[in-house]
Amino acid sequence: MEAHSSEVFVIGLTVFFLACIIGYYVVWSVTPALHSPLMGVTNAISSVIIVGAILAAGPQGFDTSKIFGLIGVVLASVNIFGGFLVTYRMLSMFKKKTKKTKEKE
Amino acid sequence: MSSNMVAILYLISALLFIFALRGLSHPESSRMGNIFGIIGMIIAVFTTLMFKSVLSYYEIGAAILIGGAIGSFIALRIEMTALPQLVAAFHSLVGLAAVFVAAAAFYDPVAFSIGKVGSIKTASLVEMSIGTFIGAITFSGSVLAFGKLQGTISGKPIVFKFQHLINALIFLLIIFLIILFVINQSPTIFWTIVIVSILLGFLVVIPIGGADMPVVVSMLNSYSGWAACGIGFTLSNNLLIITGALVGASGAILSYIMSKGMNRSIINVVLGGFGGEQDTSASKDNSDKIVKQGNAEDAAYIMKNADSVIIVPGYGMAVAQAQHALREMGDILKKEGIEVRYAIHPVAGRMPGHMNVLLAEANVPYEEVLELDEINHDFPMTEVSFVIGANDVTNPAAKTDEASPIFGMPILDVEKSQSVLFVKRSMATGYSGVDNELFYRDNTTMLFGDAKKMCEDIVKSLSA
Repeated sequence: MEAHSSEVFVIGLTVFFLACIIGYYVVWSVTPALHSPLMGVTNAISSVIIVGAILAAGPQGFDTSKIFGLIGVVLASVNIFGGFLVTYRMLSMFKKKTKKTKEKE
Repeated sequence: MSSNMVAILYLISALLFIFALRGLSHPESSRMGNIFGIIGMIIAVFTTLMFKSVLSYYEIGAAILIGGAIGSFIALRIEMTALPQLVAAFHSLVGLAAVFVAAAAFYDPVAFSIGKVGSIKTASLVEMSIGTFIGAITFSGSVLAFGKLQGTISGKPIVFKFQHLINALIFLLIIFLIILFVINQSPTIFWTIVIVSILLGFLVVIPIGGADMPVVVSMLNSYSGWAACGIGFTLSNNLLIITGALVGASGAILSYIMSKGMNRSIINVVLGGFGGEQDTSASKDNSDKIVKQGNAEDAAYIMKNADSVIIVPGYGMAVAQAQHALREMGDILKKEGIEVRYAIHPVAGRMPGHMNVLLAEANVPYEEVLELDEINHDFPMTEVSFVIGANDVTNPAAKTDEASPIFGMPILDVEKSQSVLFVKRSMATGYSGVDNELFYRDNTTMLFGDAKKMCEDIVKSLSA
């Protein structure tokens, strides 16, 4: 059992470092003009922590852990909806020079 | 659902998150990227709901609806100028959620298969307490950052004696508490870790001043990622580990870019205290220098007779909500056949990319908005630089005066253009407390007044 759990940890660590490297390259490719939306998106996806909160809130009946889980679900949901929506709002404002704006000129 | 199926669905969701970030490499692909992110999140949530142990759909559904409604309401109502506060507030929620998930895992380890109450696996305890620690710091640090950005708390850095020593001691105390917690698994110690970490979060952000907020917001963004990572290790959940690492890396890179934009190390920013009252040497003998003042009509005249204008916006533009009036001014100039472009300094505003969003909001096409490296060599060929609400990022002292606190900071070379129009409320120094010699140059005209009002007046004069 001990051997197994340390194996799980090493796999986690492997995943962690590879993900850091992917993150490094992907984030450097983000254009500086979109750094605010980047924060919006990362904010939303970091709330994937909701997965843990759902597991805690999952069992039937009520105990301390479930209440914590439900609070976690509420908090993470605020972020998920809020993060993606505000990013959507930001991104929909970034427009190219279009004929429409030229007509207006 | 088999555990393999779960792992594959989580993997898909993680890949979609990576594509979501990748999409942001260009405005055209970014909207699709955001959709990838949303799909990834939906897959993650539904996969977890399919777990055998997850039965209370109603409660969870209600919790998602409540949170979702609050989040949507805020996101749809928020003014774009208030984005930095909003992001800080959102970060605090991620931190708090991490604390609650860790607490839930501690009180019901069976649900997460990490052991039983009182005999949780050592590795899980360590990961859990680290997740809690980072989560709690993220929470309180972000709350304070929110207060400073919103203006409820003074943006001035608060510095006191032995500050860093106290922080270091608190950090050691937390390590000691974590060791104790791993040994005896006491709830009292768990909550002590939470409280002490919250305290540390406050103390870490307290000495950092208003204009260093881009770095702080990015740093807290990074922390929220590492907190998710910590929880991911606790639950042996690769999706959380991957996502946490992506967010952590993203925040770290943004902090690096921001501190580089100020020519300061991240350490220097974190230690804080910059922009206080200490610095008076630079503003000593400017009383005898002459400042050329102008009004909106002068500015309109100067720009109307130019071929090219570069607009340099800063935080002052955001405060005055001047972006729409500014764009209107730009439109009239463009109609006159004048080339109008915008130059954005990396640390303009209160969060990374803040100015770009505000200009986009005002319908400025993104091709006209350029970064420092892209436009800086064009200033010598430009007739008019129109600086609005920016100050330190244009100060030539950064290149020449070694004694200046901003020496070495990359600046926009507005002084190289034929004339400079400087919209400013008063002669007050910028955030760094350094006087700007640009104000006293022959080719500079100061336009005193509210940024928005000034743009509107210029628009009136131009169309007259």
